[in-house]
Parts: sequence; structure tokens; C-alpha cells
Amino acid sequence: MIEALIGFTFAAAILVLLAPNEWAGRLAFAFSLLPFAGSLYLWSGFESAGNALTGGDIAYATQIEWLEVGGRTVSWFVGVDGISLPLVVLTTFLVPLAIVSAWTPIDARQSQFYGLMLFMEANLLGVFTALDFFLWFVFWEAVLVPMYFLIGIWGGPRRKYAAIKFFVYTNAASLLMFIGFMSLTFALGDSVSSFALPEITGAIADGGLGSFAGLAPETLATAAFLAMFLGFAVKVPIVPFHTWLPDAHVEAPTPVSVLLAGVLLKMGTYALLRFNFTMLPEQASALAIPIAAIAVISVIYGAMLALAQKDLKRIVAYSSVSSMGYVILGLIVFTEYGVGGATFQMVAHGLISGLMFMAVGVIYNATHTRMVGDMSGMADRMPVAVGILVAGAFGYMGLPLMAGFAGEFFIFVGSFAAPALPYAPLFTALAMFGIVVVAGYLLSAMQSTLFGPFELETDYEVGPAPFHDVAPLAVLLVAIIVLGVAPDIFFEMIRDAAVPVVEGVTVDG
Amino acid sequence: MVNTLPPVAALLPVFLLAFTGLALLLVDTISPDARSNTSMAVGGALGSLAALAASVWLVVSGTGSGDTGGAITLFAEAIKVDTMALFFTAIFASVTALVVVAAHDYFHDHESPAAFYSLVVFAATGMALLAAANSLAVVFVALEMVSLPSYVLVAYLKRDRGSVEAGLKYFLVGALSSAIFLFGISLVYASTGSLLFSGVAEGIGSLDGLAGVAGIGIVMIVGGVAFKTASVPFHFWAPEAYEGAPAPVSAFLSSASKAAGFVVAFRLFTEAFPVGASLAAGIDWVLAFGILAAVTMTLGNFAAAVQEEVKRMLAYSSIGHAGYVLIGVAALSAGGSANGAVMGAAMAHLLVYGFMNTGAFLFVAMAERWGVGRTFEDYAGLARRAPVASTAMAVFMFSLAGLPPFAGFFSKYFLFMGAIDNGFLWLAAVGAVNSVVSLYYYSRVVKALWLDDPASSSALDAIDVRPTGLYAAVVFAAVATVLLLPGFEPVIETAEAAASALF
Repeated sequence: MIEALIGFTFAAAILVLLAPNEWAGRLAFAFSLLPFAGSLYLWSGFESAGNALTGGDIAYATQIEWLEVGGRTVSWFVGVDGISLPLVVLTTFLVPLAIVSAWTPIDARQSQFYGLMLFMEANLLGVFTALDFFLWFVFWEAVLVPMYFLIGIWGGPRRKYAAIKFFVYTNAASLLMFIGFMSLTFALGDSVSSFALPEITGAIADGGLGSFAGLAPETLATAAFLAMFLGFAVKVPIVPFHTWLPDAHVEAPTPVSVLLAGVLLKMGTYALLRFNFTMLPEQASALAIPIAAIAVISVIYGAMLALAQKDLKRIVAYSSVSSMGYVILGLIVFTEYGVGGATFQMVAHGLISGLMFMAVGVIYNATHTRMVGDMSGMADRMPVAVGILVAGAFGYMGLPLMAGFAGEFFIFVGSFAAPALPYAPLFTALAMFGIVVVAGYLLSAMQSTLFGPFELETDYEVGPAPFHDVAPLAVLLVAIIVLGVAPDIFFEMIRDAAVPVVEGVTVDG
Repeated sequence: MVNTLPPVAALLPVFLLAFTGLALLLVDTISPDARSNTSMAVGGALGSLAALAASVWLVVSGTGSGDTGGAITLFAEAIKVDTMALFFTAIFASVTALVVVAAHDYFHDHESPAAFYSLVVFAATGMALLAAANSLAVVFVALEMVSLPSYVLVAYLKRDRGSVEAGLKYFLVGALSSAIFLFGISLVYASTGSLLFSGVAEGIGSLDGLAGVAGIGIVMIVGGVAFKTASVPFHFWAPEAYEGAPAPVSAFLSSASKAAGFVVAFRLFTEAFPVGASLAAGIDWVLAFGILAAVTMTLGNFAAAVQEEVKRMLAYSSIGHAGYVLIGVAALSAGGSANGAVMGAAMAHLLVYGFMNTGAFLFVAMAERWGVGRTFEDYAGLARRAPVASTAMAVFMFSLAGLPPFAGFFSKYFLFMGAIDNGFLWLAAVGAVNSVVSLYYYSRVVKALWLDDPASSSALDAIDVRPTGLYAAVVFAAVATVLLLPGFEPVIETAEAAASALF
């Protein structure tokens, strides 16, 4: 079932690449609805039962041997559990909306653009469903290639710089992570016979790690943990590895920003959860204080950076750094609500940041500026789009009954009294302070651009946004509210899959 | 091998290539009026495809493998056909087919294109023979059979100064290294008393004070191998020759000819100078190859990073790849459990490289055909006018860099893993660092093609033709580069089995 989903998306990408520019956008949208329908079908038949890596049930699993290297088999091994399924649904949900939001701004080489979008979707689905390290790594790296082109060809004035920076940063990070993981498999020696993630997780949990390259098992596990953590930290991104993100976001065209913030950043947190926190929970909890400190610094520092920006897109980009800090905090506390809330926050932030980027894009389409000082009173001219943007911003600030509130609330509930993290209340309180800063910059930015008398120097009339620009915003807002009112539609399955991760850590006393 | 056929049928691919070359030469000589660029190209392509089909069929039927009674020896053991010979023949035949098809468009206005095809096919015949050599004499004869047509091919554009100059340089360095190689053979013969690989291996075990002579001979043979594979210290000719030669010839030399050099190395250093016996005799060529591999890949990659011309960059990158493949010999150890794995991975890398590198040079051939220029800047914005070919080029570049979605990732990965398994962590580390460096200059091509704007609005007007043959060859190579990722399993399995049979 999953291979049909991925295979269809690849085929659709090729068809769209070959389609004429005029209707490539429509065709891509039509094609992208099918993976969404497919993921809803997966969801409808899903019964949650544990974590795929720690011996729980793997839904829709397929395992076909691919090849053998050094006595270990590599296979096409895909499947979903309560952690990956919500992210699969998020991906297939956001891609059609991002495609529709591209209809206005993308006016050159459309078939290549939409083809690459679908190509990226196929690889993203692969990242979230692959359960074999090699397969996962192929998909993980294959996401970078379309992203590089999407930023580099259709981006803003400094697009080449941004694309190359993104490519180099994330590739270097991947290599570090790859080396970290490989040293683990070498240290496992004969205790594993494949690169299947569940088997490797089980072998590590059973104490199968030996020494390799002169390092004792404990040292090696810590070194591998750090290598993988740094590798994924770039992807998330966590301060101080975040500098590629604002460049990439500002230069990327709006629909690409939507996917970058909505899904690509979640690749980093998802991988952290799967590899670092599920496979090496002991190393993680040994490093709980520094990791929590980095998380809190990301929250506060990201928010502070956002406060200092004038470009609306940069504001949203930096606030993503801040939001990802909450996710890391939720993961490191190793409680049911912490890990579950972090996963839920990945989905919630995917929707909300997608909405924010899209709304900023709609305003930019009409005004051709994103600078806070350049315009004011946009609410007069584009009431619907601005209304949704304001609602989304409140979602970002954590207004109850919206998805963002649920995610952050779960994380704080989970982290406040976390036994695995010393000084948990202090870290939580500091992180909560980030919400105040978020409210500060979002409100002040909106105040000056959206409200007051209309002011903008243009030689054309600024009118309401076309229907196909606003419709995706409305759909996203509905989804955010639905998830805020009834978080259990995802949280229940997430929690089922999160509990085994939490049990990996034994707390003294 | 099907039992009813005589053993000599195992040489079918070699015969097919030789016959094709002779037929082409015959038509060209006897009836010069009947020859045409198209019919010669079709003939050459059919001949090499037939050789490819024959060698794949022989591999699949298990000819010369351990399952069917082991290697087939012919002509008083001077020739030995095993899976490795057939595997390499398949590489040579694929590259030859690609090059011949592409050359049809490249030489569309050349005054006498016909001789080109027979020369390429003759060189391929020599390579196929080289892959099956079991005696130092055959190695030398086959090596010359590869070299002589190659010199002519490099200088094939005889009115082009660059091409002629490159041909002359290549010839001088080649003649020198042939002499060194031959002298090395004579020293080995003097100290071991045999030209057959098995005889040499026996002699190495009982040198009786002649270890110094044999050692010098082996070092000289290493030099000859380094020339053919464009490795340090005999790599100087490569950038000049590849840059000056017609691009299809560069593709042929850097893919097929390099692989031919490696098959000699693989055979000599497993069968004639086995690592255990050599070390026992005090001849540590493993260390020599280790240093050569590290220096070659580092030099190739760093030199490639500072080039301004795409073809020259590819020339240095091919030196870098020679360094990677050298790991296949350098990471051998006496009785090492992963000997077969690492050499097999090197063979698989050569196969993948045969497609991705040939494809890259053929893209350059296409650019030369269009006349857009040679530097990175001249390639700016080509993707707007030629998206299919540019996509293929992006595939080649990312695959050469070893990015995971393409076959180049797997072959490099297996190579480095084999080295680590055999205890050569440092070689794998040097290789990994070099791979990272290589991403920089490979992605420069992709950036120029896809991200940069053309220098002027008329810069793309040069792209006025769609040469069918070149397009077909480039696209086919790209498809092969992509499909070898999911289809890597049979390749690596065959290669590992073939390599393991030598230990």
C-alpha cells in the first residue's frame, strides 16, 4: 500500500515534468489529491499498537530484500506507526495546498516546478515510512535534490547563495550523521543481520554494542549519539546551526517555504526521535541538561531574532526555530506527554507555519514587498486573507482550541514534572517565556502591516486575493481548529507509539 | 557454459569485437565510396552490443565461474576466461556502444569518420583480451593493442592543434610507460622464471635472494598500471589528453581504458603476485598501492576543484576516481576476510563509473557539438534550452559525487565498507573526505546548467540541433545510472563472486 503511494507520486512527478507549462499546475494538483486520499485510507484502517522500532506492530509493512553488504541485508522495508502516520498525513495534506498556492507566483518553467514538488513529496513519504536505514537514507538525501533546484531556480534575488548554502549545510550534516550511525552498526558486529531499524534498536537495547576502532562501547555510543544529534540539529534546525534556514526561507518561493517549514524541518525532529531518542535513550538522558538547555536557547533566541526582523518571511522563519525548540524540549524530557506532545507539535507547527508562510505569500503577491515598514492597513484591501492570517497568528501564539495550543500544552504538561530531566520546572518556565516573545513580535508586526489606514506605494490597484490563493489558507485554518478542538484524532495514536520510547529510560529514584 | 560448445566459445565477445573491427576496416578500405558515417556507426554499435550481449549471457550461464568447473584456460594457459574477464568485457562493450552511438553525431562533418569506428572497436578488442590475459606476455601485447589505437584516437581531429598536441603527449608518455612496464616484466621473468601468472606466483614463493630484482620489476609494473589507469605518478598525460581529444574519445579513454588498466592490476596482484607470498618475500606492494590510492584521489579531487573548464575538471575527477578504485587493490591483506568484497566493490564501481563518467563526457561532446564553449560560465543556463540533457548531466554529477539517490553512492559505499572490514579505516576516511570535496566541483556544473542565467540572450541560440545519437547515448547512460541503484544487487553479487574466485 505504501509503495503504491510512493510509486504513484513518483510517476505523477514524471508525468507533470513532461506536461506543458500551461496546465502543469492543475495537473499536479489533481495528481497530489490521490496520495492524500491514500494517506486517509491508511489512517482509516490504522489501529495503533506501539512503536515500530521497539517491537510494536508495524502497520502496512512490506519487507523485500534488496541487497547484502558485509553480511547484512538491506531491504525495501516500509511501514507506519503512530508517530509516522500523522506526519505522512501532514505531508500529503500540505502538498496539494502548496501546489495551489503556487499557481499565482510561479510564472516560469511550471512543469519543472510542479514535477519537482511531487518528486519531493514522494521522497518525503519515503523518509517518514522507511524502516530500513539504507532506504531511509536514500530518501532522506533525495529530498535535498529537488529542494536545491526549487530554491535555486525559482527563488528570490539571492537564490543561488541560499540554495548552495542549504545544500552544503545539510549534506555535510548528513555525512556526519551517516558516520555516526555506521559506527553503531559496526560496533553491533554480528548481533544484527540487517539494516532494519527495529532490529538495530532491539540489538542496542539488548546490549549488543561492542567496541569499534578502539572505542569502548559506552564511548562509542555517546560519540555516535553526538554525531547523529549534530547531523539532525542542522536539519531541525537548533541554535546555533540555524543560519541556513532564514536564507533558504527568504529566498525560496512561498509554496516551497510552506513545505520547507511544514515538512522538511520535521524530518529533523522525526529523525532525532527515531534515531537518537529511541535507539540511544540512555545516552540521551545522560545529556538531558545540555540538550534541554539548547532547546530553551533555541526557543528564546529564535523568538528574539524574530523580534528583530522587518521582513515578514524572516519573522516566520525565525519563529520556526523557536517552535522547534519546544519540540526538542518535549523529546528530551522522556515523558508520555512530552514525547507525544513533541510529535503532536510537529504536525501542529507544520500546519500553522504553512498557513503563515502562505498568508505572507498572498500579501506579497499583491504588494511585492514583505517589509513591515512598507505597508499598512492591508486588512482594508484583502479582508479574508488578512483575517485568516490573524487567526493563524493567534494559533502560533497558542490560543486555546487551536492546534498550537494543544501541542505546547502537552509539551509543558509533560516537561514540568519530568523525572528524567533535572531542574525540569526551571527549563519549562524559561521555555514558556518564549510564548510571550512570540505574542510580542507577531502582534506588533500585524499591528503595523495589517491595520490602520491603507498605505502602499503602487502603480496598480491592490485588491482582494483570488479565490485559489485564499482557499488553501481557509482549508489550513479549518484543519488547525479541528486539531485544536479534537487533538485526540492524532494524539491517541501518537501516545501509543510514544510510551515505549519513554519506557526506554529508567529513572533513578 | 553450455556443454556442447567448445571451450574457445568463451572468447565469443572478443571474437565479436575483433570481427566487427576488421569488418569496419575492410569496408573502409575496399570500397571507400560505400562507407558512410551512419552505416559505420550502426555497424560498430551492433558489433559492440553483440559483444555485450554475449558477455552478459556467458556471465549468466556461469561460464568460467566456480559453479561450472572454474575458469576456462586456452592456448597453453595464456588466456583464462572467468567471471571477472566477462564482467570487464561487459563494461568495455557498454562504453564502446555508447561512444560509437554518440560519435555518429560528433563526427557528422568530419571528412573521414569511418576509421574512427574501427579504431575504437580494435581498442575494445584489446581491452577484452587484456581482461582474459593469464600471462605477462599476453598482458603486454593486449596492452599495446589498446594503446596504439588510443594514440590515434586522441589525435583524431588532425586539423585541431589541441588534439594533435594531446595525441603526441599521450604517445610519448605512453611509450615511456610501455618501456618501463616491459622492463618490469623482464625483471619478473628473470627472477621467477615464468611468464604465466601461476608460474610467477610460485616463483615469488622461492626467490632465493632475487627478491630485490623481483621487487624492482613489480614496482615497474605498478608504474605501467598507473599509466593506464591515470593514477599518480603517471597521471600527467590524462588532463592534457582528455582535454585535447575529441570528447567521445575522452569518454572512451577515461571509462573503458581506465577499467582495462584496473583489470590488469586486479589480476596481476591477486594471481601473479599474491599478497601473502609477496609480503613473505619482503615486497610490500600493498603499502605502495595504499599511498598511491590516497595521493591519487586527493590530487585528482583538489585539482578538479580549481578548474575553469568542464572537460578538464572531468579529467581530474577521473584521476580522483582512479584513486577510489585503487582502494580495491590497496585494501587487500593476506587472508583478509573482505578481500573479495573490496575488490568486487571496486569492480562494481568501475561498472557504474562506466556509465556515469561516459555520460558526463558525452554531455561535453554535445556541448562541443553545439559550440557553446568549454568553461563553467559557458554552460550557464543550458537547462532552459536542453532540459533533458541537463537533467541527465545533473544525474551524472550527483552520482559521481556519490549522493545517495544514485548508483554512485552504493558503489562508493561498498568500496569504503570493504576497506573498513579489511582493516583499512584510514583509506576509507581519506576516500570519504575526498567525496565531500568532490561535491563542490560537481555541483558547480549543476549550478551552471540549472541555476545560472545565460551570459547573454543570444548565448543559447547555439543550441540549434538535437543530435539524436548523442541524446540517446546520454539519456541511456543516465537511465542506467539511476536504475543501477535499485538494480545494484546482481552487479555487486557477480562482482564479489568474480573477485572472491581469485583469492
